[in-house]
Amino acid sequence: MGDFLSQFGELFATYDVPGAFWVNIQLTFWAAIFSLVLGTVLALMRISPIASLQWAGTSYVNILRNTPLTVIMTFLFLAVWTQLQITLSDDFAQNFFRFGVIGLTVYHAAFVCEAIRSGVNTVPLGQAEAARAIGLSFLPAARLIILPQAFRGAIAPLGNTLIALLKNSTVVVAVSVSTEASTLMREMIESNANFIYAIFILFALGFAVLVIPVGLLTTYLSNRLAVRR
Amino acid sequence: MDHGAATTTTDPAATSAPLGPPLVELKDVNKHFGELHVLKDIDLTVRKGEVLVVVGPSGSGKSTLCRAINRLETIDSGEIRIDGVPLPEEGKALAKLRADVGMVFQAFNLFAHKTILENVTLGPVKVRRERSAAAKERALELLDRVGVKNQAGKMPAQLSGGQQQRVAIARALAMKPKVMLFDEPTSALDPEMINEVLDVMVALAKEGMTMIVVTHEMGFARKAANRVVFMADGQIVEEATPEEFFTAPKSARAKDFLSKILSH
Repeated sequence: MGDFLSQFGELFATYDVPGAFWVNIQLTFWAAIFSLVLGTVLALMRISPIASLQWAGTSYVNILRNTPLTVIMTFLFLAVWTQLQITLSDDFAQNFFRFGVIGLTVYHAAFVCEAIRSGVNTVPLGQAEAARAIGLSFLPAARLIILPQAFRGAIAPLGNTLIALLKNSTVVVAVSVSTEASTLMREMIESNANFIYAIFILFALGFAVLVIPVGLLTTYLSNRLAVRR
Repeated sequence: MDHGAATTTTDPAATSAPLGPPLVELKDVNKHFGELHVLKDIDLTVRKGEVLVVVGPSGSGKSTLCRAINRLETIDSGEIRIDGVPLPEEGKALAKLRADVGMVFQAFNLFAHKTILENVTLGPVKVRRERSAAAKERALELLDRVGVKNQAGKMPAQLSGGQQQRVAIARALAMKPKVMLFDEPTSALDPEMINEVLDVMVALAKEGMTMIVVTHEMGFARKAANRVVFMADGQIVEEATPEEFFTAPKSARAKDFLSKILSH
């Protein structure tokens, strides 16, 4: 045990461990916001009365949800950046960071869409009928009546998506984001193979520390904000 | 209770009140649910100020008829006009028309995440673009009228079924509708709460509101209706005044139906 503690001490002294996790937190933060927006739009398309929008929303979800995240990231790196030479920033690291956020966003938006749709299913049909009966058309009815109740019913699955997003943020190595936690872990192992258990425990604990509060908070919120019927 | 209502079976004031021009017109309306023909060649005209009660066994199509009038159910053929205007198919025009048609549901359907007051002001503010202060004042008047003003700040789940249904009536009235549709408004209520809702509806009928009411409450029909329509198997089988219908039904189906609901 004392051995591990001294190894942790040495690792913390040599490497910027909090800095690496901070990159994952930043990736997660931006991707969470953008995927919430995109996922909400997709969910609206899927519950809309317009068949072509339903079809587009469903196709997006099925394609993106069934593509491995690594493939999406590699596509962004090899096809969009290398081949099409599209850049998102003149700063090299910032460019890859933005590609990372885009990859995480387009992938997790599919899951956010399905989480919101599961929330929509918790809203009784009568709510939508009452909204239509007082003269609200689809978008105002969705905005004022359906989505506010759907989000409250979707907090737990949205929390699960956020947890997956946080852990999946390590996949951005595939677009060359080289400062995040899993990259640092590989570097550490390469130079300190004798510390392998300490390194493993360090990163496992690091993610647990980030993820556990998310789970606790979403459980608390989903009880607190539940719509009483 | 308004005096006399308990002793007279039909209100002479209601039946003799001059009725206005046709407000809701259905012509040759047909609808299927898959194989099931739920509305068969329905022809029906409701005049301004008229109170129409629709009765019939379950599965007779009476709820579908009620819901078709503001297009919560689409129809396969035929025509429905409200105040002379054919029902629009979709979009803004349909929403605009629905704003003029009040609807009260069996399951109340109050907006569960909004307070009682917000339930009533939402339509006037978001659909009619009324100023929020004016809408609030009017909403409180309406809530007072249906007897739940003191509950204005509560959430729907905190109210009894009877209170919720009275709020639902206030919510519909807040839109100043031309006609009110009631789809079995007391069927989901405990017996002791039925009368508080029916009293509000009777008062509304006496004020001259045009109403189409799907209900099994024969007391309400006798007290407030100008006309009773009896439906069975998707067809209108019989139309009569409440007095005629309840004392001397003509068709065998209606006799059978009445014997079942009035036998105890």
